[in-house]
Amino acid sequence: MATMTMVQAIRSALDVMLARDENVVVFGEDVGYFGGVFRCTEGLQAKYGTSRVFDTPIAEGGIVGIAVGMGAYGLRPVAEIQFADYMYPGYDQIVSAAARLRYRSAGDFIAPLTIRMPCGGGIYGGQTHSQSPEVLFTHVCGLRTVMPSNPYDAKGLLIASIECNDPVIFLEPKRIYNGPFDGHHERPVVPWSAHRLSEVPEGHYTVPLESASIYRPGSQLTVITYGTMVWVSEAAANETGIDAEIIDLRSLWPLDLKAIVDSVKKTGRCVIVHEATRSSGFGAELAALVQEHCFYHLEAPIERVTGWDTPYPHAQEWAYFPGPQRVGEAFKRTVEA
Amino acid sequence: MTQSYGPLKLHVPEPAERPGREPDFSYLHVKPAGETRRPPVDALPSETSDLAYALVRVLDDDGRAVGPWKPDLAPEFLIHGLRAMMTLRVYDARMLTAQRQKKMSFYMQSLGEEAISVSHAMALEPDDMCFPTYRQQGILIARGANLVDMMCQLFSNSRDPIKGRQMPILHSFRKHGFFSLAGNLGTQYIQAVGWAMASAIKGDTRIASAWIGDGSTAEPDFHNALTFAAVYQAPVILNVVNNQWAISSFQFIAGGEATTFAARGVGNGIASLRVDGNDFLAVHAASKWAIERARRGLGPTLIEWITYRAGAHSTADDPTKYRPADDWARFPLGDPVKRLKQHLIAIGAWSEQRHEQMQKEIEETVIAAQKEAESYGTLATGPLPSSALMFEDVYETMPEHLRRQKQQAGF
Repeated sequence: MATMTMVQAIRSALDVMLARDENVVVFGEDVGYFGGVFRCTEGLQAKYGTSRVFDTPIAEGGIVGIAVGMGAYGLRPVAEIQFADYMYPGYDQIVSAAARLRYRSAGDFIAPLTIRMPCGGGIYGGQTHSQSPEVLFTHVCGLRTVMPSNPYDAKGLLIASIECNDPVIFLEPKRIYNGPFDGHHERPVVPWSAHRLSEVPEGHYTVPLESASIYRPGSQLTVITYGTMVWVSEAAANETGIDAEIIDLRSLWPLDLKAIVDSVKKTGRCVIVHEATRSSGFGAELAALVQEHCFYHLEAPIERVTGWDTPYPHAQEWAYFPGPQRVGEAFKRTVEA
Repeated sequence: MTQSYGPLKLHVPEPAERPGREPDFSYLHVKPAGETRRPPVDALPSETSDLAYALVRVLDDDGRAVGPWKPDLAPEFLIHGLRAMMTLRVYDARMLTAQRQKKMSFYMQSLGEEAISVSHAMALEPDDMCFPTYRQQGILIARGANLVDMMCQLFSNSRDPIKGRQMPILHSFRKHGFFSLAGNLGTQYIQAVGWAMASAIKGDTRIASAWIGDGSTAEPDFHNALTFAAVYQAPVILNVVNNQWAISSFQFIAGGEATTFAARGVGNGIASLRVDGNDFLAVHAASKWAIERARRGLGPTLIEWITYRAGAHSTADDPTKYRPADDWARFPLGDPVKRLKQHLIAIGAWSEQRHEQMQKEIEETVIAAQKEAESYGTLATGPLPSSALMFEDVYETMPEHLRRQKQQAGF
């Protein structure tokens, strides 16, 4: 065991897989010599050589396009999109090619690729470095969408994603790369080393896809969330004194429906929390699932706490971000309903 | 200020030909056969600049092979190529009729462009990987794919190798080095570069061959492919089939008016050739030149093949609405099948009788294949692939939500 940040855990997963499977290749903008703008690939080119870890031109459509071709060849490409906000030129290749290749060829070709991309706000990135576009992937059949909330899960999920024969979108909440973040931006940064989930095995292990974790057991209401919002939800529970059961989805789609249904049937109340914009957001799907599967167990309306339906603003970042106060208010409304 | 300017005007390119107008192909700048030089195979990309505006041709108007690109090919090889082209043409004609009979939803023929896919595929090794468009069925036929398997895909029947998932023509034949067709134009071009990069990463000897039409070169995937192929010196051949038409849009709308498509390669640092695509021998010679470069690690080559889409874009459009009906008859590069036949006769390796005999044999083969394929079903009569198959292959293993939906759907 070692203590790792999210960045170190992601790098460790890539290191383990590069060493373990010679078909794994890692590439993206600035990932080679420099080691990535967030340092997730630091040292890997020096260790594995330029034909396994390399820089690409600034062309996301090209990055995903070559990944699909490499996957068809038999490699297991791990591509980095520098910010999720930059993925749109690659979206056609993700949706029209990667997600459908197995289906359209009846398994003649597959796209076993992993596309990593930092997402979410909290770093004053404005509307081009803060987006959470997960729903643009969860809506696409054939894709798996994953978002870890801590170093242990990040490494185990990334290894599972790389080993998976389906295309996986691996979203990394950049605000928690170097420490858990509960939304209290005015307070000093807490390092990962202070948290139990920074204890990460150095070798190979996986966290299975399609499995949620009960991050915090509780009895009064169920919180369905993922990524940074796991930490914000925990702070809201602590600050309101409401005994919330926090489900960290980890795999957004396909998801662990049983974990959700079991919890909501137990608590009878449900709050959905995500950083992405609200309307037609992933929370809408989650609310619909809870309604379909748990309606007769619900004792209060399902609440959604999300980013506002605006582009991610720069100077007004903290007015936009669904922090512990907004989440806590939703908890109170739900419990009191 | 004393100088005055008139109002600005938007330039919208117009084709040389429209219905009721006299066809004029002078924009093609056709050169006589044998005139264009053949550089050494290790030429630098910049040393091919002139070739991007020239036209590599081998067969002259009398069917003689002339000039520095003349390949040394045995008559048996050429006859094999002729047979594949004629098979493709017969296959196309019969499938077009079958579509009119509603046995399939849609069809697209390769008429007039047969030499490009067939001769190029015959220049490649069988395990080199092609990333085709919907007008390269010739690759499958040249590589000996089973016509019945191909037809079962077209008929969307119980033996459709891809289980009814795709429109007709959008084949996938990994065993023939034929990548799954998307239907989203151009996506395969950059994927071919990725495949070629993978081959280089693994120290393989196989190369990739990417295909795109003149119209789709406007897609970002084309430009990404050129960038990545040049940057990584990928062992890939970047084919641009310039058949003059993208449905009703003339190639000038894709940017063919002010320059050639081949010139886009040179601008990206890629060796480039502009070639007579209806000349079976020129297609072979240019392909071999590019293949040799890729195989020797000398990087990618872009080849613009000049040809003419003799038929409609697909069974869903009527070309007489947007171009003169007799356009193909006046196309200066002729018919690839007739030109190879003429050459074979000129070298004493072929005759009208043998040609007719082969035509008859091919028709019998294709009719027999069609009969067999139809016995497994057509779109009109069934049997179609099972509806339960709809839920498979979305993921490697079926997730719970799809299992539920499959049950809900009653399968």
